[in-house]
Amino acid sequence: MTKQIPQQLPQLGAALLSGLIFGFGLALSGMLNPARVRGFLDIFGHFDASLAFVLAGAVAVSTAGYALSRRLKAPLLDDAFHIPERAAIDRALVLGAALFGVGWGIGGFCPGPGVAALALGLPAAFVFTAAMAVGVLAHDYWRRDRGPAIERAALAVEQADA
Amino acid sequence: MWPIYLQSLAGGALIGLAAALYLLVDGRIAGAVGIFAGALQGPSPGFWRNLAFLAGLILGPVLYRAVFGAFPAVRIDASLGALALAGLFVGFGARLGSGCTSGHGVCGLARLSRRSIVAVATFMATAIATVALMNAAGIP
Repeated sequence: MTKQIPQQLPQLGAALLSGLIFGFGLALSGMLNPARVRGFLDIFGHFDASLAFVLAGAVAVSTAGYALSRRLKAPLLDDAFHIPERAAIDRALVLGAALFGVGWGIGGFCPGPGVAALALGLPAAFVFTAAMAVGVLAHDYWRRDRGPAIERAALAVEQADA
Repeated sequence: MWPIYLQSLAGGALIGLAAALYLLVDGRIAGAVGIFAGALQGPSPGFWRNLAFLAGLILGPVLYRAVFGAFPAVRIDASLGALALAGLFVGFGARLGSGCTSGHGVCGLARLSRRSIVAVATFMATAIATVALMNAAGIP
């Protein structure tokens, strides 16, 4: 594992840069402010529409990136694109999204902003992110035998390597 | 600074740029909860890449402060107990539903993924209902 790190360095650099631009964009957009996020969700009360522009701007640029990716055989630093191909709309998708929305509504934080807000040193962000980690781990433990076949195959390859 | 709508639009465009960069260079979906979960799983092929992304994510607001002189204004009304509950729902739900606002929203909608369109419509609906119920009940 450790000896793979030097070979992965450009990939890691791209991940760091992507995360940095993402986090800067979150800070600029207002998404780090739970009061504004909850204002955006408060369509029956004091609705604040400004955050709709975040999604609009993000999806517009992301759509261009995705369109470009379809003209490439592979990404710059990997052999293939790793894009989910599942198409089934199942109970897990809908139930999971529903639970996620409840949590997003309660706190005004979703995963990216929760992590990025750690930089601000607010106890609230630490509590949220720690609890989110517990939620993720609880889910992954519960569904440890039921993950998608691709993830299981990747795990099998990894264990065979080790 | 500039009007709030423009700030949101520009911030959103940067988020989209980050997602495009991660896709075109590393070939992956910039889904925050998937990356967070990958970093929690410990040693795995993608562990360091996920950790690098998360490190960048935390450095983003630090860069913002270096550019604009202060962190963005933040107001949090929810109690710490409510935020703990929120975190549990967000972590568990986003994993079960295979993504969050970034994976299904920013990336999935751009791909016109049917699963993502259903997920976004679902979590927007329950988030809006949750805020409406909490406001009606007077819970901050």
